[in-house]
Amino acid sequence: MSGASTNTSPKTPVRRRPGLLRTAWRFGRTKVGVALTGLIVLIAVVGPFVAPYTPTEFVTKPFEADADGALFGGDNRGRDVFTRFLWGGWTLLLLAGASAGIGVAAGTVVGIIAGYRRGWVDDVLMRVNDVLLAFPQLIAALLVMSIIGPKVWLIVAVIAVSHMPRVARVIREATRKVIEQDYVKAAEAIGLPRWKIMAVEILPNVTSPLLVELGLRLTYSIGVVAVLGFLGMGLQPPTADWGLMINENRQGIAVQPWAVALPVAAIAVLTVGANLITDGLSRAAIGIDRGVEK
Amino acid sequence: MTGYSRQNESTGTGWTENVLRVEGLTVIGRPSDVEIISDVSLTVNRGEILGLVGESGSGKTTLGLSLLRHLKRATQITEGRVWVGERELASLNEQQVRNLRGRAVAYIPQSPASALNPALRLGTQLTEALHDDTSTSDQVAERVREVLREVALPDDPAFLRRYPHQLSGGQQQRVAIAMAFVGRPDLIVLDEPTTGLDVTTQAHVLETIKAMTREYGTAGVYISHDMAVVADLADDIAVMYQGELVEHGRTEQVLSAPRHEYTRRLLMAVPLLRTSGHTEPATRTEEPLLRIFELSAGYGRTRVLEGIDLSVSRGECVALLGESGSGKTTLSRSVAGLHHQFEGGLVFDGQALAGTSYRRTAEQRRRIQYVFQNPYEALNPRKRVRDQILGPYRHLVGRPDDPDLVVAQALERAALPASYGERFPEQLSGGERQRVCIARAVATRPDLLVCDEITSALDVSVQAEIVKLLRSLQDDGMALLFVTHNIALVSNIADRVAVLNKGRIVEYGPVGQVMSAPEHEYTRALIADTPDFELSFPGAPERLSMDSEGRVTDG
Repeated sequence: MSGASTNTSPKTPVRRRPGLLRTAWRFGRTKVGVALTGLIVLIAVVGPFVAPYTPTEFVTKPFEADADGALFGGDNRGRDVFTRFLWGGWTLLLLAGASAGIGVAAGTVVGIIAGYRRGWVDDVLMRVNDVLLAFPQLIAALLVMSIIGPKVWLIVAVIAVSHMPRVARVIREATRKVIEQDYVKAAEAIGLPRWKIMAVEILPNVTSPLLVELGLRLTYSIGVVAVLGFLGMGLQPPTADWGLMINENRQGIAVQPWAVALPVAAIAVLTVGANLITDGLSRAAIGIDRGVEK
Repeated sequence: MTGYSRQNESTGTGWTENVLRVEGLTVIGRPSDVEIISDVSLTVNRGEILGLVGESGSGKTTLGLSLLRHLKRATQITEGRVWVGERELASLNEQQVRNLRGRAVAYIPQSPASALNPALRLGTQLTEALHDDTSTSDQVAERVREVLREVALPDDPAFLRRYPHQLSGGQQQRVAIAMAFVGRPDLIVLDEPTTGLDVTTQAHVLETIKAMTREYGTAGVYISHDMAVVADLADDIAVMYQGELVEHGRTEQVLSAPRHEYTRRLLMAVPLLRTSGHTEPATRTEEPLLRIFELSAGYGRTRVLEGIDLSVSRGECVALLGESGSGKTTLSRSVAGLHHQFEGGLVFDGQALAGTSYRRTAEQRRRIQYVFQNPYEALNPRKRVRDQILGPYRHLVGRPDDPDLVVAQALERAALPASYGERFPEQLSGGERQRVCIARAVATRPDLLVCDEITSALDVSVQAEIVKLLRSLQDDGMALLFVTHNIALVSNIADRVAVLNKGRIVEYGPVGQVMSAPEHEYTRALIADTPDFELSFPGAPERLSMDSEGRVTDG
């Protein structure tokens, strides 16, 4: 590990150690990850504005491979694949981002409360977590979708709920390490309200595992949203969505491979990129021990 | 066994039997190429102990480890040679070094608990140290029993079947010593082996180490920051400062005529155990600021404190002296409202104090402030010093009109420049961190400061400065409840002292009386076992300059 070695001369004012993000950026893998993720995010965000057609416009014959004006041919209904590819990303990113964000936020709150309050609060929260953990993520999502029906908010809610206990466990462990430190006791001694201790003293000191969790949960969310789309339990036709596109066009994969290959490649690159970033973050988090140095 | 030459010149010439000879050793750190130790030369004679003294970060442990040809990660020897007996360490290959370790050179680390493998029985670990196949198992077993007898531990099979956790700290350290001596090494490196032990145990362990090196004719290198221990134990003293050996000589000579300015400062910083010359504290008639009566506390069903009666008056420093496990931290935390499992009374300025800080009034919380033992843990690493100080202030006093002024004043009282407000804790040294902790505590202008071992994680020179700072705070009218295990420190700072042993106060009175005429045998043993030394060089009487009133030099 290329540990920080900034304090070469004790006389000059000591520079701060680089933070988690900066340390992570030093790894080549993080840079590659950011480049890959950035590329896909760029396609998803800018795509709808530069797309040659609207996503529901019929341009070609179904599964026509080399039609004029359609770079990657047409899909199962004869809509432009390239246009639908450019349109289909932002829904996936939005759903994955929202569910990961909500799940991690809820998990952090539960984890910090359980870790800090201990006692029966801890017991109740963590046992509920265990129950939630017992459901396999995808099966639970499919079950809820098939009962209530595929709705956008439901996709986000189900994925967020399935992330919550996993995040809570990690954050609870991190919290328990932090509350052993005397600055938490110092805050208790002056009678700082509990919620403030959790927000001001504990939360900033669990950001390292938090960032790693966020990356990890984002990766999983992308996978789950795409799979739900593919299984027909996600967004419904005629929405342009990468997961849905794979499902719709898989019968024509022999004659028109682009219609499947483009969304598959995009999801793969996105997942690999997010994973590389997460990997860089977790490596940096192991290197930096933000607690006691001696 | 000490009839060897009194020559101590570091050249290593003459007939003296140098077991260890180091010439021009330089170790650098990678990748920064900073010299951790530079151009160090020293010798140690057979049967003698060299005390290697220095502050944390002075390179003493790096030097100690390089004597075993062990280097920490990312460090490298670039120059110099080390001879142990006839062997030059750099010329040996890995296999030869392994054979050397444990037989010709041995190492006793700081914490015995981490040196012993908790999963192995003592017998196994001691036998392991004799890792060659030249001797039969009977010989090995006999040697193990012999060395155990020498360190005054039982040698019966039942003892050998024990696990490390079944021993006390002192016993564990003896086992570590036995392990080091079992192979009859030529050189033994001791890295602060008594730091975690209480003074009585420390005295015994030091006695054992001394006797063993004499008997085996082993050269010892005793690494320590504690000048008093080294003065007691060592024949030679070497002082390290920022990677350089600034002084090396016979112990008497270094203590009586230190040549280097740094040595002089280091010696003066060590608190001297004063047993006489105390001024009698004025008898106080008014109601004390803090009164503790009939207090017992515990954790669950375990009682840690029984029947504690104690009082602290305004502007007075009351020391709570006790060793680890005596319950002193529990008592101080009860006062601060951090430990609520107690019965009995706490009265602060005429009003009863609730068990937890949350049930106390803001005014009470403001007037009692707590400073923690370990400055590395007591500051939130993600907040600037400024916010560390303003946080409690805003909560207890209110929103300040001029936050910068509050921060500057608090830092000034802790003898730090106002510019430190913009720093993060990781940009501060240990002593500076502790000053920030004190600044945070005094920012709200408390009447009582509870200090829990606040100097034990710091170097002696820093300790002296912190104690000086506390003195000045006390002169401003602040009362101190000073919790410590260091009796020498108590004898210099306290007005009254309470000696705590196994959860009870065994002796309580003015510090002069307790130090000069201790009544309880525990106090007497504490005073007798505390290592101490005398200074006779010019200027020495001003040692521990926090001590203003006329002090008798003979300690």
